[in-house]
Amino acid sequence: MIREVTVISGKGGTGKTSLVGSLAYFAENKVMVDCDVDAADLHLILRGNNLASHDFIGSQKAVIDYELCNDCGLCLEYCRLDAIGERFETSEIDARRYYVDSLACEGCAICAEFCPTRAIRMVDHVSGRWFLDDTKYGPLVHARLGIAEANSGKLVSLLRKTARDLAEKNNHELIIIDGSPGIGCPVIASLTGVDYALIVTEPTVAAIHDMERLLELTGHFGIHTGICINKCDLNRDMTDKIVQLAATAKIEVLSRIPYDTSITRAQMAGLPYPEFRKDGVTKNFQELWNNLIEDMNRPHRRSRTNNVPLIQLGKPTEKEV
Amino acid sequence: MKIAIASGKGGTGKTTVATNLAFYLAGRGRKVIYADGDVEEPNGHLFLKPQWDKTVNVPVKIPLIDESLCDHCGLCSDICRYNALAVLPDKAMVFASLCHSCGGCYHICPRKAITEIDRTIGIMKSGTGSGVTAYEGRLNIGEAISPPVIKFLKGHLKKADFTIIDSPPGTSCPVIEAVRDADFVVLVTEPTPFGLHDLKLAVEMIRKLGLAFGVVVNRYGVGDDRVHDYCRDEGINILLEIPNDRKIAEACAAGNLIVETLPQYAAHFENLLQNILHARRTTGVRV
Repeated sequence: MIREVTVISGKGGTGKTSLVGSLAYFAENKVMVDCDVDAADLHLILRGNNLASHDFIGSQKAVIDYELCNDCGLCLEYCRLDAIGERFETSEIDARRYYVDSLACEGCAICAEFCPTRAIRMVDHVSGRWFLDDTKYGPLVHARLGIAEANSGKLVSLLRKTARDLAEKNNHELIIIDGSPGIGCPVIASLTGVDYALIVTEPTVAAIHDMERLLELTGHFGIHTGICINKCDLNRDMTDKIVQLAATAKIEVLSRIPYDTSITRAQMAGLPYPEFRKDGVTKNFQELWNNLIEDMNRPHRRSRTNNVPLIQLGKPTEKEV
Repeated sequence: MKIAIASGKGGTGKTTVATNLAFYLAGRGRKVIYADGDVEEPNGHLFLKPQWDKTVNVPVKIPLIDESLCDHCGLCSDICRYNALAVLPDKAMVFASLCHSCGGCYHICPRKAITEIDRTIGIMKSGTGSGVTAYEGRLNIGEAISPPVIKFLKGHLKKADFTIIDSPPGTSCPVIEAVRDADFVVLVTEPTPFGLHDLKLAVEMIRKLGLAFGVVVNRYGVGDDRVHDYCRDEGINILLEIPNDRKIAEACAAGNLIVETLPQYAAHFENLLQNILHARRTTGVRV
């Protein structure tokens, strides 16, 4: 049975990607997915060879055929996204009075539907590209949503499906998902139906505020959740507060990682931390991985469906660090 | 003047720059609005600590089907591109969270069985704190679509000398909504491979929108010169460098404004202001 773990944070920059890179080092027989499709960075430290890349058709956009357009302006009237623009001065060279602002168009097609001369067509729109890489740590599925595009949730779902198909085909046991910041569309798409949500937080007012909203979100979906505290020595009071919040929510704090600039140096070197250096921080990451497996095997109290079967998810790693 | 603070990568210091700039400008006697457009995770209030005196619901339109008029013809679900309607032989259903409020179903219904009603997807608050007029949009938990909250927020801002929009991270639709009509965009990054990679995406986005912009390098000294090299090669102004100082990280962790608790950094924000004004005067971008 394939298990999916999503790493999220609410607030950006708490260390999701560095942490996923380290889990990639310790976990065996898994597929990695970078679902932060706006700003995917995991491939910068896993550094694999690209095996395949594909266009992502995320939506359609309206296109006006000016041979047929009679300047009636109904499209402008119907569009609620301000995606139809109007020029008040047209010339013989450019007589196009109405035009589509393709950045604003979300493909609802209402303009095309109501155009009396059928001058508007909906055409497929490439909203990004997605990639399959072969890395030292296993397959990595990632993507790049085009600039200023919508439908990130749809792309996230596509990446996850690709990873699941791959895992089924090659008997991988685990899918590790690097999520995006926030609580909206791409985050929800990267959380639905997963077995475990790992929240990376830090002892700052902003990260705690955002973590509380995430806890509510994973609670809403009934997802088994755990916490990793990054930069845990930045503010002891705030760290205590996170521990208290976790206890109240009845979830585990899996690991505490110190504020250490060598984590940034590993990123500079383009490596997962345990590959960069074997030290106390590496041990913290290893502890995180081992505690993560242990906690996934525990029945959890946030589930909406009670009978979660115990899982056989590899063994705690005893890699030398 | 409307200044949007954005970044490709999350956690680079958008809110730190936005709140400190707002506080600094207010301290200089300017009328300042801070609007938190990171509606999925709004954090500005933790630093400016405003007294909220007004809270309003942010509505979007969704269809309401009058079953007594509906003949289940299915035209509404045919026109809907978001699968927000399903019509069975004897029942029509609306999946509200999928609805994009385009109005297609409302217009197409031949029996006028569809009306549009408001559905609340978030709230907007306003008040004052630290001398700044603060606004905040806040998406309800479990909601996926944030741009309408950002749009609503921006539509309710009053006039000020400076309006500072704190944007969400990324380069997709919520960010576009937050920055699209700004007079100037400040992109905050850090001198790391992730910071550089995501800065390039953010620059591509701002150029596509045709907006004037410059870069703030936060945690300067933690990484290397690749962000500086990139900016030099691309002719991008670096407006400010904020050093990688643990004291700054600690002040932010506790919810303090740097300008207030570490006054040695106040001059940095004066420089930032001057560099923004100068960059705006000298760039050829229409604003």
